[in-house]
Amino acid sequence: MIDTDATDRAILAALQADATLSAGQIGRKVGLSQPACWRRIKRLTDAGVLGGYRIALDLERVGFGVTVFLGIKLAAKGRTSISDFERAISAIPEVQSVHHVLGLYDYRLRVVARDLGDFERVLRRRIMTIQGVGDIESNVLLSEERLPGPLGHDLA
Amino acid sequence: MLDDLDRRVLRQLLADPGAATAKLAERAGMTQASYWRRLEKLTDTGVIKGRHARVDWPALGYEVEVSLRITLEKSDPRAFDQFIEAARKVPEVTEIQTFLGRVDVRIVVIARDMAHYQSIYRERILTLPHIADLEALMTVATVKTDPSLPL
Repeated sequence: MIDTDATDRAILAALQADATLSAGQIGRKVGLSQPACWRRIKRLTDAGVLGGYRIALDLERVGFGVTVFLGIKLAAKGRTSISDFERAISAIPEVQSVHHVLGLYDYRLRVVARDLGDFERVLRRRIMTIQGVGDIESNVLLSEERLPGPLGHDLA
Repeated sequence: MLDDLDRRVLRQLLADPGAATAKLAERAGMTQASYWRRLEKLTDTGVIKGRHARVDWPALGYEVEVSLRITLEKSDPRAFDQFIEAARKVPEVTEIQTFLGRVDVRIVVIARDMAHYQSIYRERILTLPHIADLEALMTVATVKTDPSLPL
């Protein structure tokens, strides 16, 4: 973990909102020269705080009208190989994320599909057939917003 | 709708969003100029909505991530709007999703440690309006996060 000041956090918030901004443009926003801002961005990147980029797509326009969040419980825990399950579930291209969680479910998944019929196909043929899958709960995503987190409030 | 070249451009971009355009063009088997034109078109028409830096919260000292699944008291027609508006004001909330299903809303809360999480939970989350029921899933490990799509 690295120490950050208010200027670092303002830079992170700016890049979080729009990663196409240049060091010069961000510098103007936060009151730094281009080289000074570039040095700070480099330091944050080297420390692993800037962990790559996320492309926001209009999923419907690229043909994926449905996103579903799944909660999965493993059945007969002792007899299921967790690593086999994780490998099989991760290999499904429609499965965008897999998180191992603690609580009501064992895994939380984000799945994209072309439409509900396509989702049903992925669920029945690909997911439910994996050994060890027990209870599944599906919730269809209606809306989503991402927030800047503590950076946006500068409380970090 | 997208054509084959659009899909090729998007596939390369999603696979390595930080790479230089020249690299991505090469991988897509296109000239830099034609790759660039496609990318511009996809951005101008709103297919690509934005490019965002990912902040690695643990590197900033936020070690705890909890996914809260919330059912709302729906007798009030403004329950969703009022809940979401209030949740946006909690600094540690990083995602808000609404659903069709057993869960109405999901929010992601980050915290520095368990004690910090407990104070956020008590003071900022349980006080949000219209909550009928809530369940917490704590993230233990990320097995896969893959922004690519089977385009």
